[in-house]
Amino acid sequence: MSARDTDWDGVRLHVVTGKGGTGKTTVAAALALALAVGGRKVLLVEVEGRQGIAQLFDTPPLPYGERRVAVAADGGDVYALAIDTEEALIEYLEMFYNLKRAGKALSKLGVVDFVTTIAPGLRDVILTGKASEAVRRKNKDGSYVYDAVVMDAPPTGRITQFLNVNTEVAGLAKVGPIRNHADVVMSVIRSPQSAVHFVTLLEEMPVQEALDGIHHLGESGIPIGAVIVNMERSPVLPKGDLDAAAAGTLDLDQITHGIKAAGLEHDADRITAVLAREAADHARRTALEAREKARLADLDGPRYELPLLGDGMDLAGLYDLAQSLRNQGAA
Amino acid sequence: MRAFDIDRLIDDPRTRIIVCCGSGGVGKTTTAAAVGLRAAERGRDVVVLTVDPAKRLAQSMGLSELDNNPRRIEGVEGTGELHAMMLDMKRTFDEIVEAHSDPDRAKQILANPFYQSLSSSLSGTQEYMAMEKLGQLHRSGAWDLIVVDTPPSRNALDFLDAPERMGRFLDGRFMKLLAAPAKTGGRLGVKVLSAGFSMFTSVINKVIGVQLLRDVQTFVTAFDTMFGGFRERAQKTYELLQTPGTAFLVVAAPEPDALREASYFVERLAEERMPLAGVVVNRVHESSGLSGARSLAAAETLNERGDHPLAASLLRLHAERMQLSAREGRLRDHFTSAHPTVPVAAVPAQPEDVHDLDGLRQVSADLAANSAA
Repeated sequence: MSARDTDWDGVRLHVVTGKGGTGKTTVAAALALALAVGGRKVLLVEVEGRQGIAQLFDTPPLPYGERRVAVAADGGDVYALAIDTEEALIEYLEMFYNLKRAGKALSKLGVVDFVTTIAPGLRDVILTGKASEAVRRKNKDGSYVYDAVVMDAPPTGRITQFLNVNTEVAGLAKVGPIRNHADVVMSVIRSPQSAVHFVTLLEEMPVQEALDGIHHLGESGIPIGAVIVNMERSPVLPKGDLDAAAAGTLDLDQITHGIKAAGLEHDADRITAVLAREAADHARRTALEAREKARLADLDGPRYELPLLGDGMDLAGLYDLAQSLRNQGAA
Repeated sequence: MRAFDIDRLIDDPRTRIIVCCGSGGVGKTTTAAAVGLRAAERGRDVVVLTVDPAKRLAQSMGLSELDNNPRRIEGVEGTGELHAMMLDMKRTFDEIVEAHSDPDRAKQILANPFYQSLSSSLSGTQEYMAMEKLGQLHRSGAWDLIVVDTPPSRNALDFLDAPERMGRFLDGRFMKLLAAPAKTGGRLGVKVLSAGFSMFTSVINKVIGVQLLRDVQTFVTAFDTMFGGFRERAQKTYELLQTPGTAFLVVAAPEPDALREASYFVERLAEERMPLAGVVVNRVHESSGLSGARSLAAAETLNERGDHPLAASLLRLHAERMQLSAREGRLRDHFTSAHPTVPVAAVPAQPEDVHDLDGLRQVSADLAANSAA
């Protein structure tokens, strides 16, 4: 691993969470691309079966296997894996108990249903277990197979429970194989090799969820990474105009003059009314964003900001976001 | 595109259940509350069942928090009434246990470690209990209209499948197998013995561990009499969802992921013969008159001439908004061309979150404005 001066030197498992709709899959993918720059090999892991990574990289749905999905600047590789709980469970049985055929029989009896959908915690142990296996996996020469693993994790509301597998299975299995497995997984997640990043928008609910999530995770002793503010808009109006727009005291005649001067003679009054209304919305929105940003200001740890992409998300945009993360020291 | 008419739906006395579904972060809970409020203000007696533990919704309805019992919302205008409650899945599960077993057995089940984990886990149980609660509210007959907000599933399938899956599991062969050693020589036990029962228990022991297996077995034995009931109720609720008195609202936002999920849901509902009333697309930026291209050109003209900086900035702001609106429009067109018969409603983006009943009223008025447009 090349020693670069980033905020996360030594971190090999990046867990990315955020409220639904904040773009955590996009941010996780951008982070994976950023980490891969310069010839490194990064695994991007999806755990919720949504095939969001395939959509983002515009590839067919990912099978249960590690596939290269993108090449980073200066020749790094991003591999992707969509973890299927059932496959991961059978693989786990085979790996640790040499039980592949038994696994199939168990599947028929409903044991796989039991583990993957009913039994609390077992599903999460399987998912986090697979990710931590990828983190620890080594080549024959003793070097790590992946320089970093980035996990597109469940939403913020569930993240502490998801990662804190030890506690989750504690009531269930005080001793025994599940407990042992959970302990191994936990030793990776709690180590300084891990960091959990929170993606948010500058809106009330996502910020509240991020703050709550950081608080809960902090209590469980799992290392907290950065807060990543996604889809940030750049300021369009100077402060004075914002205040006037919010108060409804913009000089409408002046605006109408301007509109006419720009060649929109026809309909100038109506256009002015539309622009003034939009300016008022924009002012309220900007004030809200400033308030939410202030709530994030007290947090320790780095904060990164990613711009809203006007044309929507595409591959080129993803590379731009990766570059932006690198510029801010995330990779 | 067909416009979705919310008032026709909520004014129809035959509409008894409205289920709001969709991916996380699209404003599903707010939509459910707004629909509930509007129906109440138009004369229905409504209960809104939410699974969202966020306090903001409760506060917007004038309550400090919601719990497992319906609370009356003050400030509703008109003749109807609005109640709201938040699903407490553990409480709901406990109540089922208490209602269907004698006190001693109930105590034994409630104290079982496996039961405690099962009843407070988020995977499956929440969906199952939401459906259970819906069934209870419906059977009580106390409500003229029930509006449900579904759990933020990891994928759209979960909430339709989980009850069935959980029913299948609780009722299933695996549970019976686990219970088998406790009851000697059941028919199933004999059959499995020939298929290598000792292999089965040794594998289970290896993988799950002796202690957990014992907890599960104790739980299964104590829970035994309730299995059939679970399956039966899950099936009844599922059938209830297929009746014409139920209407599904798929909630989305004008973003690729949310609309893809909405598409998927629309297809899935059709497959299951569940009645879809319409799709609500929240947070839409409406296009208003002056095109983005002309607006941008006008802003550039002003910038070149170096005067009217405020008008130039506002024109740029407008151009950005129109660019966003055009992108959203393309996404919506894509959706409607794939589902031409599905009624769609657009709700404009609010600059701020909803904080009170007036905010919810505004959302519902915007939703209703679609049928007029």
